[in-house]
This record gives sequence, C-alpha cells and structure tokens, in this order.
Amino acid sequence: MSGMVEKRGVGTWLTHAGLIFGIAVICFPIWIAFVASTVTQDDLIRPPMPLLPGPHFFDNYLEALLTGGVAPVWQMLLNSLVMALGITIGKIIISLLSAYAIVYFRFRFRMLFFWLIFMTLMLPVEVRIVPTYEVVASLGLLNSYTGLILPLIASATATFLFRQLFMTIPDELTEAARVDGAGPIRFFIDILLPMSRTNIAALFVILFIYGWNQYLWPLLITTEPSMNTVIMGIKQMLPTGDQTVEWPVIMATAMLAMLPPVLVVIGMQKLFVKGLVESEK
Amino acid sequence: MAEIKLEAIRKSYGRTEVIHGIDAEISDGEFIVIVGPSGCGKSTLLRMVAGLETITSGDIHIGDRVVNKLEPRERDIAMVFQNYALYPHMSVFDNMAYGLKIANVPKPEIASRVAEAARMLELEPYLDRKPRQLSGGQRQRVAMGRAIVRKPAVFLFDEPLSNLDAKLRVQMRLEIKALQRKLGVTALYVTHDQVEAMTLADRMIVMNAGVAEQVGAPLDVYANPATLFVAGFIGSPPMNVLSHDVRPGRGPLDAGAVIGIRPEHIDLAAPGTGLLDADVAFCEPLGAETLVHCVTAAGDKIVVRIDGEVSLPADGSRVGLAIDPARILAFNAEGKRTAD
Amino acid sequence: MEKRVVFDNRWLPYLLVAPQLLVTFVFFFWPAGQAIYQSAFIPDPFGLKTQFVGFGNFEYLFGNRYYRESFLTTAVFSVLVTISAMSFALWLAVLADRVIKGSSAYRTLLIWPYAVAPAIAGVLWLFMFNPFTGIIAWMLSQMGYVWNHNLDGGQAMALVVAASAWKQISYNFLFFLAGLQAIPKSVIEAAAIDGASFWRRFWTIVFPLLSPTTFFLLVVNIIYAFFDTFGVIHTITQGGPQQSTTILVYKVFADGFVGQDLGSSAAQSVVLLVLVGILTVVQFRFIERRVHY
Repeated sequence: MSGMVEKRGVGTWLTHAGLIFGIAVICFPIWIAFVASTVTQDDLIRPPMPLLPGPHFFDNYLEALLTGGVAPVWQMLLNSLVMALGITIGKIIISLLSAYAIVYFRFRFRMLFFWLIFMTLMLPVEVRIVPTYEVVASLGLLNSYTGLILPLIASATATFLFRQLFMTIPDELTEAARVDGAGPIRFFIDILLPMSRTNIAALFVILFIYGWNQYLWPLLITTEPSMNTVIMGIKQMLPTGDQTVEWPVIMATAMLAMLPPVLVVIGMQKLFVKGLVESEK
Repeated sequence: MAEIKLEAIRKSYGRTEVIHGIDAEISDGEFIVIVGPSGCGKSTLLRMVAGLETITSGDIHIGDRVVNKLEPRERDIAMVFQNYALYPHMSVFDNMAYGLKIANVPKPEIASRVAEAARMLELEPYLDRKPRQLSGGQRQRVAMGRAIVRKPAVFLFDEPLSNLDAKLRVQMRLEIKALQRKLGVTALYVTHDQVEAMTLADRMIVMNAGVAEQVGAPLDVYANPATLFVAGFIGSPPMNVLSHDVRPGRGPLDAGAVIGIRPEHIDLAAPGTGLLDADVAFCEPLGAETLVHCVTAAGDKIVVRIDGEVSLPADGSRVGLAIDPARILAFNAEGKRTAD
Repeated sequence: MEKRVVFDNRWLPYLLVAPQLLVTFVFFFWPAGQAIYQSAFIPDPFGLKTQFVGFGNFEYLFGNRYYRESFLTTAVFSVLVTISAMSFALWLAVLADRVIKGSSAYRTLLIWPYAVAPAIAGVLWLFMFNPFTGIIAWMLSQMGYVWNHNLDGGQAMALVVAASAWKQISYNFLFFLAGLQAIPKSVIEAAAIDGASFWRRFWTIVFPLLSPTTFFLLVVNIIYAFFDTFGVIHTITQGGPQQSTTILVYKVFADGFVGQDLGSSAAQSVVLLVLVGILTVVQFRFIERRVHY
C-alpha cells in the first residue's frame, strides 16, 4: 500500500492529522447541509446557525418529499431515477451492440461508422445545447422521458470502452465457440456478455451517476413541474432576489438528491473505481 | 472416423502467398503431426482444415465431403487450442457441454457423454470448478474433454502442450497418444517441437516457408531427410553440416552443396585414425550421453554424441573423428538430397 | 489492432450499429449541423425570416467586448479550478499513500463527493456563503470581512471556483493515489538508501514518475472546468455580478435561451465545438502515451 519508506512516530501522526483535516474540509459543506435540514427556518435566518443537528429531521424531510417546491420531491426523485436508469441502460445496450459489430464483423462503411460514433466523444451536450433543444422540440419530445433520455445516450465513451474490452478477449475463445457451433448471436449472449459483466457493472455505476446528475438538459426540456428531476428541481426552490425561502426544506432536498449516487459510489466502491479508471484509459 | 485429403492447398493474404500448395492424404485413425519452425504456415494449414481460415485455392476433403465452404461446426471436427480457450465464466462441465447444447443434444445424453470424458481424463472431481481454479495440466485435460465429447471424425491440435512445463508436457504427450489410439479418431497435430513430432506421429509433415518439405514416418524422415532443412530441423543436436566432402577419394563439392553427418554417427578415435582430425572445444556431459563440441582444421564445428560413461577428452586435445562413409548424406546447392 | 477472427454476416452488423447510429444522427449530427448552419444567419427583428451573413456572426462575436471578456473569465476560472483541485488532491493522495492502516477508510471518505452533482455542490456552497445567513459569510463578517458575492465579482469568482474544485477533488485524488501506488517501491527505497529525504524523494523521483497521471488530470480538469461546471455557475451566480462569472458554456445558454440570440449562440457553439475538438485531440495524445507506458 505505502510507497514511502520511513514511517515513525510523529510523521505517522502528522499524516493522519493531515488526512483528517482534508476529510473535514471535504465533508464540511455536507455536514452544514445536514444540520440545516434538521432545524427550523428561524434557526437559520439569524446567524450563526447551529453546528449540531436539531430535532426537526422528520418534519423537514417529510415536507420536502410530500410538498417540496413546484413539485413534491418524491416525484422529482422518481423522474431522476427513470432518467438515470434510462440513460444508463440505453447507453450500455446500444454501445454493446455497436462495439460488437465494429470489433467482430467486417462490413462496408465499418470504419466510417466507427468514426461517426467516435466523434460524439468530442461534444458534451452543453456545447450543442440550443440546436439539440430545437431538434427535440420539433420531434415533440419536450416534457417526456424519451426527450430526457435519448439525446444523452448519444455518446461514444461506452462504445469505445467496450471496443477496448472486446479487443482483449482472446481470438481463440471466439474460434473455440465457432468450432463448438456458436453463431454470432449465441457467441454474444453465451460468451461475450458473461465475460464482460464486471465491466458492464462498473460502467453502470459511472453512467448512473452521470445520468442522475444531469442538470442543464432537464432544466431546458422539462417545463412541467411533474417532469422535473430533483437536481434541477432544487434550483427552482432557490431564492431569486431577496425573497426568503425555506432553507431547511431545500437542504433536505439537497441531501435526498445526493443520497442515491453517493450510496452507489460507497456501496460499489470497487466497481466504481474500476469503472472510473477504465473509462478514462 | 474419416480420411482427410488435402489437394493443392494455397493461402494468400492479399498478394502474399503464405501456403504454396500442399498435398497430403491422411488415412482413417492416423495420427499426423505437422511440424515446422514458427511462421512456416503450419497453424494456418490446420486452421484451414478447421474452417477458421478460408482456403484461397485447392480442396480439403474430410470423409467423402469437400468441406471448403463449410462452417467449422459442419465439418465434424474438434479442436484443442494452444491457450486451451476455455470459457472462463463456465464450469468445467459447461465448457465440455457447450458444443453439445448448441447441437441440441438431449440433456441426459450430454450428461453421460461429459461424465464419460471426465472419467477418461480423471476430471470427475473438478466438474463444478471454473477454469481459473485448475492447474495448467487440468485445463489441458478440459480442453481435450471438450473435443472428445463431441465424438468428432477428426481431432485438431494446435500446439496444445506449449504452455505446459517440461515434465507435464512429456506426461500429457503420452496421454494424448494413448487417448487417440483408444478412440481411433484421425488426428492432425501441429507443433514446433520436433521431439513431440517424433514421439506422437504415425507420419509427420515437415513444413518450411509454406511448403511441405517431407511427409513420412518419423524414423524414416530422421534417417532419410529429403532436404537439408529437414535434416537440420529433425534431430537434436542437429545434423553436422560440412561444406567439403571428407569421404576418402572424394574431390571438392559443387559450390553450395554440403554433406551432413548425424552426431551419433561419429566416434572419437586416436588422432590420424579417423576420416579427419579436430580439436575438442568443450564437452557437455548430459548423463546418459555426452556431446563433444569439436572444431576442424578448416574451422567447421562438429558435434559428436558419445556414450555418457566414456571418459571425456580434455578441452583443447586433438582427436580423430571416425565416420562410416555410408552414413554421410549429401545435399545439392538447392538443399535437396542427392544420391551420394 | 484488428481481430483475426470475425463473423461473416451480411445484415447483422448493420442491425447492430443501427440504434447507436440513429441516436447519433438525430441528436448529434443534426443539431451540430444546425449549429453550423445557424451560425451563418441572423434573424430579422420580428423573427420571420433569416438573413445570410456568412462569418458575420463570428466577426460580431469576437468584436464583442463581453464575449472576449467571457474568454478571459473562462481562462481564469479553469486555471484556478484546475490548480486548486489538483494540488489539494495530490497532497491528500501523498498522505493517503503513506498510511498503512485505515487507508481504505480514508479513501471511502474522500471519494464520495464525486457523486455530488455540480448543481448540488453549487447549492451547498451558496448556502454556506449566503451573504445574510450563510455560516461562513457570518464568520468572515465577525473577522471584519464583508462577504457579498452578489455584488463583488472577485468574491463571486472565488465562490464558484471553490465549489467547482471541491467537487473535483475526489476524482483527482483517486487517480493520483492509483498513480502513486503504481510507482515501484524499489525505486523509492533505492532513493532512500541513497540518502534522499522524504520531500527530496518526492520532488526528484515520485513527482516525475507521476507526470503521466498529472498531465492526464490536467486535461480532464480543464475539460471539467470548461463544460461540466454549468450547474455550479447557474445555481450560485447566474454569471454575475456584471458577467464576472460568465464562462463560455454559460454564455451559450444565456444568449441562446435567455437572450434568444440564436445566431450568436450558434456561432458560440461552433467556437466551443472547435475548443472541445482541440482538447480532445490533446487528451488522446496523452492517453495514447499512457497506453504505451
């Protein structure tokens, strides 16, 4: 684990102290948010706010979940979940299929297709936001799950990753499958998919977080409160100008909004790290 | 069970021809070893028989069918790969059963065939394990089991032992041979190891640069190599090659022509009493035998194989080399064997 | 690199690539084409028809003081985010690499902010620095420093940088830690036997060996600061005050959706497109090199 050589008394303690300080800095904003989500509005508008949690945890979280801002948070969480899963599963499926075609078949326009797909690596949705909005609007997909999900599926990262993975699978395995009588579809289902399952799971974690955390896109195309996702919905709750807002409810919403992806990262830490390191290679 | 007939098989990648027309007839139940250095095209040839590579021209017959255009699964063959190519996510049982499942063999029949193969290969305790939980030798056996359960007409082996350590290789070699004898299935076996070729083959095909240099029974090939390449490739240490004729009463050789003498066909003698004299450079005692490395006055290096119990000549001492002239083989400038 | 073994099938490969190609065409090439097309037109004041202006939108764009300032703002913002997120992460990674006991616990505690959305990060920091009620704004005022990022452009910039960098630390930390752990121990031990002190070893051995990771993260962080921080800006400052935090991506949005200036927004998209293209090429060069290591 450790690459350094000497580890003695004071040095070790300084190391731990430094790390604990770093963690404190990183965690402080979350702690403050958590505390704010357990107290009353009165506790917050007269600074300084308390630094230890208060007794109003359930009041605030229930109000957020059931009333929320323009839409109840439970509904926004549900929308976020549908969008995140849609993006994740959609990307994985279309990428698996196209990577399989590009690696395991020789066909006309193969390299052209590869480069067409590959070019999407270069363009995050933020860059082509206005024209994409127009296309989605002209297709009548505003305020729909389809409109939320489909444009964000057009990305090459996953295709590229699966292509790299398939290239490392030994040719002999494919040959053995052919000798065993497996055609292309059987080979894909019986051999390639099971062999890729850890990579698929790792990618699932990364893409789920990516999908859940989308902000600008839902902000643009969901004008109906019932279609809001939680990440953008929280923005609608923020003050504009000097008006006062229910900070405890906003902070409860913020905690709820980050809970699913944080749980995914911590719960599947190993897969997450693997997915992260590999998708950037 | 089937005969295999190769007729004028050629293979090109783009404009480069890598197999230059190979003919062979393999009879039912025969064990044929294709041997040659790496890059000689032996694996390509095997893969063409398997249906994993297309044939540029020529015909491959398996049994009474021309199989050129058939998919591997339609050719009634089974193959054992160099890296075993076991499916890492399947148990030993599933690895062996996969081909049968695809062929829609009824479940009870699959179970009985796998059980039989497992018994034959002593794999019964491992049927539930994944390949990564097995040793190299066990994986090798699973790869063979996968081939056996399909009851093919032909076994194809692509350097199946090259990933095993030396001791295991000898053991598996014997097992493969015994198994093939027992099942009586025609076998085509590719290797670069001439010891493997000698010990396994009923007949062997010695390949070099896309050409079959010689086809024949191992001892025949050893005793009567058709070309200089075969003479050098089969036998270890290789045949000694001299660029001038040492036989009494012979003149100089044609330019490029050589003679060859196997190390075991030379005896050490007192200086001046043999066909020629040489200085001992060093000796390699191997136990049962000793290899004596000599240098002649002309600068040719000659290896002599002598009995291990004979006392060793000192390094630097002069010795005579006694050779039976009848054992000397002559090759012309093209490397072809000539009459004398 | 190509596969030696391929399947032979006339129509299956087309069927397999079809879904991705379709999505790519409809939501990528069509809009990107639109952007390029629109960047050459301006709508008349009533929005009834458009007029072809060629590179006119681009000339107007680069002649526009606000746009040029936005470039500068983006540069300052990206450099600050990249440097602060990377240096803090490297420091933590070096410490975590020194720890034997409990290093996985530290890692767990340090990586989860990766999962926090930039917009949520914005909300959290906005709350702490709210000029009237925020805890840190209050602490600063106790020390005699008046915090109001709604009025002070420098403070606004500092706040969006802090929130953006905070979210990115985990990512950098993970890669630095992996990079440090990949350095062979024997190299460092050899340096120790040569008598190099810890910091000397770090700067002369460890840091140079870490340079592929550092370069890689540099590019990734710049891309992050350019494009993924929209949520932070939009929740905290909306580009203000007086455009002091209007980075390029925010300006595309503001001009296109708030200002409804489609020609200019499209031209800006094209400029960003070129920028991303350059960054991606740079990234790939580094990644390619990483692969050969």
